[in-house]
Amino acid sequence: MVSYHESGANHPLRDWLVQRITATLMAVCTLGFLAMLVAAPPIDHSSWRQLFLPPWVRLAALLFLFSAYWHAWIGVRNICMDYVGNVRLRQILYALVIGALTAYAAWTVQILWGKW
Amino acid sequence: MPANIEAARRPKYLNPLRVRLPLPGIISILHRVSGALLFLALPLMLYAFQQSLASPAAFAAFKTALGHWYSKMALLALLWTYFHHLCAGLRHLALDLHIGVDLRSARRSARLTLVTGIALTVLAAVLLW
Repeated sequence: MVSYHESGANHPLRDWLVQRITATLMAVCTLGFLAMLVAAPPIDHSSWRQLFLPPWVRLAALLFLFSAYWHAWIGVRNICMDYVGNVRLRQILYALVIGALTAYAAWTVQILWGKW
Repeated sequence: MPANIEAARRPKYLNPLRVRLPLPGIISILHRVSGALLFLALPLMLYAFQQSLASPAAFAAFKTALGHWYSKMALLALLWTYFHHLCAGLRHLALDLHIGVDLRSARRSARLTLVTGIALTVLAAVLLW
């Protein structure tokens, strides 16, 4: 018998809310980013770089991407719960997805605050 | 109790090829498919982002790569998954706020979602070429 916790759906209501908050955040960031692209089209490397120089832009990018990772975790976990019947296999998939998303989060920080 | 036994014998799995999905259902499964594709494309997008910022040479290489029609098509496919997922998500938020929950408006918003996602992709294609 598999426990409720092992199956993946631990806080359905919280996940539902997180999915909507992260989605709204990403939608707002997308609009803002499109406005920036229209206002100052990045035609070459220097103008593209200029776009990400202000600290608040990098912070917004970080917020957007971390929202995307959290959002993706809930989404992919839901897909796994629907289509992967074998709980052990599902848990392996969970571990892989969490590992990948954590690595992406570290990579994101490195990209945004690294040397360029 | 024969009724219960009868209920237990009902087919648990349907043949997806014989199910005729209504438009809101098609939007829903495309929301899921596009979400999965976006997740799978994450490392690619992060790599492209990193490279584009890395150096003028890398940015130029990126620009050259995007000059080919097949990379433009790949980018447009990715943009469609993003736009569709965004539009379907906004529709979800509206439904959560009890906006457009009756069948007629739900079908209309489903059509609007599909059309907007494609229209935004076409707009991106025009800008890209």
